Amino acid sequence: MNGVNVKDVSVAFGALKVIDGLSLDIAEGEFIVLLGPSGCGKSTLLNAIAGLLDVEEGKILIGGRNVTWEEPKDRSIAMVFQSYALYPRMSVRQNMSFGLKMAKTPRADIETRVTRAAEMLQITHLLDRRPDQLSGGQRQRVAIGRALVRDAAVFLFDEPLSNLDAQLRNELRLEIKRLHMELGSTTMIYVTHDQIEAMTLADRIAVMKDREIQQLGAPDELYHRPANLFVAGFVGSPKMNFLEGRIAAGASGLMFENDTVSLSLPDDVCAAPPAPGQAVTLGVRPEHIALDGGTWDGFRVDIVEPLGADALVWARRDRTSIQLRVTTDEPVKVGTPVALAPDPRRANLFDTETGRRL
Amino acid sequence: MTTIATTEEPTAPARRRRRMPLAAAIALVPAAIIVAVVYVGCMIWTVRLSFTSSRLLPNLDFVGFSQYERLLSNTRFLTSVENIVLFGVLFIAACLVFGFLMAVFIDQRIRGEALFRTIFLYPYSMSFIVTGLVWQWVLNPTLGVEDTLHKLGLTFIDVDWAVNRDTVVYALVLAAVWHGAGLVMAILLAGLRGVDADLWKAARVDGIPTWRVYTSIVLPLLGPMIVTAVVLLAISVARLYDLVVAMTGGGPGIASDVPAKFVMDHLFERSNIGLATSAATMMLITVAIVLAPWVYARYVRPQVPR
Repeated sequence: MNGVNVKDVSVAFGALKVIDGLSLDIAEGEFIVLLGPSGCGKSTLLNAIAGLLDVEEGKILIGGRNVTWEEPKDRSIAMVFQSYALYPRMSVRQNMSFGLKMAKTPRADIETRVTRAAEMLQITHLLDRRPDQLSGGQRQRVAIGRALVRDAAVFLFDEPLSNLDAQLRNELRLEIKRLHMELGSTTMIYVTHDQIEAMTLADRIAVMKDREIQQLGAPDELYHRPANLFVAGFVGSPKMNFLEGRIAAGASGLMFENDTVSLSLPDDVCAAPPAPGQAVTLGVRPEHIALDGGTWDGFRVDIVEPLGADALVWARRDRTSIQLRVTTDEPVKVGTPVALAPDPRRANLFDTETGRRL
Repeated sequence: MTTIATTEEPTAPARRRRRMPLAAAIALVPAAIIVAVVYVGCMIWTVRLSFTSSRLLPNLDFVGFSQYERLLSNTRFLTSVENIVLFGVLFIAACLVFGFLMAVFIDQRIRGEALFRTIFLYPYSMSFIVTGLVWQWVLNPTLGVEDTLHKLGLTFIDVDWAVNRDTVVYALVLAAVWHGAGLVMAILLAGLRGVDADLWKAARVDGIPTWRVYTSIVLPLLGPMIVTAVVLLAISVARLYDLVVAMTGGGPGIASDVPAKFVMDHLFERSNIGLATSAATMMLITVAIVLAPWVYARYVRPQVPR
């Protein structure tokens, strides 16, 4: 039983409520990512779960045990920080064993745990070095190792890869994923603003904005059925195209239109069919629009960004600019007239006023 | 031959880069003259005089090391050296300990932090003369703390530290620590505030007691700040004079004499320039010996490639 339950938790700094009545249930062994822009409250929530911040109201349960008022060390958690937070002037071995020593763990036990964690992270050869003799990637490995020896039920990651360069980030991301698979029943909560980290690592993602969870779901679900305009825009790179318009009146079936384009949609795009004339926003991902052979004519290729495997193309008609991802061997020429072909089955409709998915 | 040529090559452009423009050189001439004449010149003059038999006025005969022989058999000088060593060790240690504790106290995000910081740092704004007078009065047996306690009936408590020849150096240390600990607090507090907040969080998750975080994790990070504090404190130890003059006048007898006071007295009151300058030279040598390891670590060693 390593699950985490956050029940109606509120956190305040003085008079300012940073989190207000937030609930989140995380199953044992689940990898959950809290994703959001800075200031959305994701780190605050993580610190509250860790016990580094006091909660005003509500309860936090770890493994079914109410730990709301317990010290961080008694919560069966381990934490990895963005700045590594390694103890300076201590060797890697001392860094990893210091907490256990304070907890009066038998020496032989400490030795076994440190050796095992070092082997898992391939840092055995670094055990006698000091943090200032290590590279950024190695330091973060050590920090993960220090978390690992605690044999915690829940791992908390606070933007662990944000200080690393792109290549190391990919490497360590893989490492963390592998670690999660090896540990099996260990729950992991991971805070990041990087949606690629979120998509690749998570079992479920909680997208946060304005101190609230906007959508909680599997990466796939978030990607294909975003709950609102914010999630649709935040998840996915390049960004989803948004077109403001309305539901056409008098047409047979569901039809989106604005002054530039129109698109006939299958009924199952919406859970509840909107009334004709309602103001809606159409969202289509760049990879769900074909460059030519469609009904959206009058567009011209504006900018081409080749990425190697595919290319990002900006097509423009008057003030409407649409981005699409094109997989083609033939280079796309700037200025070519195109008739875009969006895939209606993969389109998303949002209520323009509330931003919610229809 | 070729190897010599290659090793010498890089130094030539370096030397050319260091040459300064004429205007800058002219502007620096007065400062250079002051340094050469006032500091270096006087230092050499003092050392030269220590080898003469000068009494009231300097003369330039040469008597070898006889002044140094007299100096090292002079009880008053030996007492002053003992005093300064005892004072220096206790003063620096106590300032560091109290300064650190005060910094830690303020670092707890207490209410009224600015007030406490001001209170702790305030003594440092006073000169050693004022400090000496204040503590002379506080410790004066007829009008200070002792008198007050005795009037309250606590006659068994004696606070005669400043007039007791066995304790007078400790009284000086007390006054000087009161004066200087606040400075150490300010320096170390700046260091404490620079400690990464994540480090504290990590230690809390690891369950490390607060005092242990301070001693095992934070203190090693404060190394450079501690060195700065020690250098500043050591300077005030070496030049210790005004506090003694104001507080005890070197007394009772010669019990609280210090080298600087010994030098001043022999220069101007006891007309013994030869002995005074030899004592001054001894001080110079001592300071040089103390400074040498630091200069070596700071300026000589970094040139060796790591």
